[in-house]
Amino acid sequence: MTIQHNKVLQKPETFYDTFVRKGDSELKATHYCPGCGHGILHKLIAEAISDFGIQDKTVLVSPVGCSVFAYYYFDTGNIQSAHGRAPAVGTGYKRANPDSILISYQGDGDLAAIGANEIIQAANRGEAMTVFFINNAIYGMTGGQMAPTTLVGQKTTTTPYGRNSHNEGFPIRMSEIIATLEAPVYVERCMLTDAKNIAKTRKAVRKALKAQIDHKGFSFVEVLSGCPTGWKMTPQEAKNWIDSVLSKYFLPGVFKDVIEERESIVIKQEIPSPEDYHKLMDISHLSEKEDIVPTPEKGNFYEELKIAGFGGQGLLSLGYVIANVAMGHQYEVSWLPSYGPEMRGGTANCSVKISNKRIGAPLVANPTTLIVMNKPSLEKFENDVVSGGTIIYDSGLIDTPPSRDDVRVIGLPATEMADKLGSTKAANMIIMGIFAYLKKQIFSDRYIRWVLPRILKNKAFHEINQKAFQTGFDYADKHV
Amino acid sequence: MSISKGHVIIRASECKGCQLCIEACPDHVLKLAEKLNHMGYKPATYTGEGCTGCGICYYTCPEPGAITVFKGWNTWPENAMCPVCKKETKVYHGKNGKDVVLCTECLNPIS
Repeated sequence: MTIQHNKVLQKPETFYDTFVRKGDSELKATHYCPGCGHGILHKLIAEAISDFGIQDKTVLVSPVGCSVFAYYYFDTGNIQSAHGRAPAVGTGYKRANPDSILISYQGDGDLAAIGANEIIQAANRGEAMTVFFINNAIYGMTGGQMAPTTLVGQKTTTTPYGRNSHNEGFPIRMSEIIATLEAPVYVERCMLTDAKNIAKTRKAVRKALKAQIDHKGFSFVEVLSGCPTGWKMTPQEAKNWIDSVLSKYFLPGVFKDVIEERESIVIKQEIPSPEDYHKLMDISHLSEKEDIVPTPEKGNFYEELKIAGFGGQGLLSLGYVIANVAMGHQYEVSWLPSYGPEMRGGTANCSVKISNKRIGAPLVANPTTLIVMNKPSLEKFENDVVSGGTIIYDSGLIDTPPSRDDVRVIGLPATEMADKLGSTKAANMIIMGIFAYLKKQIFSDRYIRWVLPRILKNKAFHEINQKAFQTGFDYADKHV
Repeated sequence: MSISKGHVIIRASECKGCQLCIEACPDHVLKLAEKLNHMGYKPATYTGEGCTGCGICYYTCPEPGAITVFKGWNTWPENAMCPVCKKETKVYHGKNGKDVVLCTECLNPIS
């Protein structure tokens, strides 16, 4: 006997097989209340993702609200963003990965209240993403408070006598607002009630995703959904309430559909080539180019620097120079400054990472090399240095040397030495000379000398920077 | 008795008894089970005949994997795998004298 069924409707493959959120008690069920609309919309989205074959390139941004745990269900890429920020986070992701499919899944508290600006700006820019806006006219997860979409007269825990328009204003119709903008290509409102409307929603979900797959631009689907728990109704009553009350204010329908008229826009990613970089650094027309520009080094190299001191000591610049020098040697680098609002005075530090592999996060927690130019910074970062690492400090400004005995400690009165050269501002370049000496196997000092004026472009300092670098290099040669 | 053109399996362990599928079913072939499931809900269950395989219950159900609908199905092949669990099925002799085919994993009635 052969199997006679010709089509099976079952859990889409885009869902995980088991949902770890619920723990061992039930690994197959969601955390949503009985009759919740989230599950239905999840299923429609998951089915569309599976049918379009885009699971491997889809990233879903989950909001704050009950659906925050969408990443436990969708076997796609997932990002959890701060409240209301999904379109902003999504913009960053999509711009960096134009071939991906970006879905922003947001509730009415998330999208229409705290995230109202993000969604309008993203829609206005026509970001190539699909937004599913699930509107249940209430803050469901936090216990049924009034949302921007709560109907006038609707009782919630924060409007126990019903929403009063004189006091709390009127419900916001987001679809209508989005549809007035020029950039969006598709805006529809549908509802999760009976089979007919769920089928309409299914069609809208697929159309919105298809628009993104075809690179048409911003698509927005608002879905009126029941919150039986928040509304204090049975799932059937909730369904009927959407039908008879909610959908009379939030009218379902297509508010904008220009998918056909719009052309596909594929943003080409501009990646600078090494030649571009050399051009930028003014290297191209140098006769000794071949000689000066280092050839890429093979093998592992990893260095994490924390450079700290007072603002104005040139420490951010020092980090910037080190990062640029490493970049010139074809390493991956990151430079992350951290400073107060004042330009001089106060404390400042920067994190520099250098690696032959791609760098994930730019923050340095445990430096391999610590450069400190004042006492508070030494006290703050000394214990963070990895065992076997290096601490370089200004012994003229810091009277108590580092107490660690498992790291290499180099102290020199850099600021005093720079003062003798003519400017205390060159102290950072003396330290640069020390660092260059320590890493002379990795970085060509000839290249550093040559590239310095091309990084620190102020002509008034070209000469003293070179002198200070040489002083630091010679000092290290003698004393280290 | 209407002719079955389809078949529906509801995993009792995933059903929260919201009854949306029962209300939505145009042929009224779903009902609440008598027995509570492990979450304390009375799950929806197939009455056993009359399913047309329209899929409305599937799309109405908020749980991702609770309902599986087979379109164009009417009889269950012998020794077939459970379509949900991909595990073997076995014939059990029911108390009322009727034989039922159950999945060895989820214990859902296959026919």
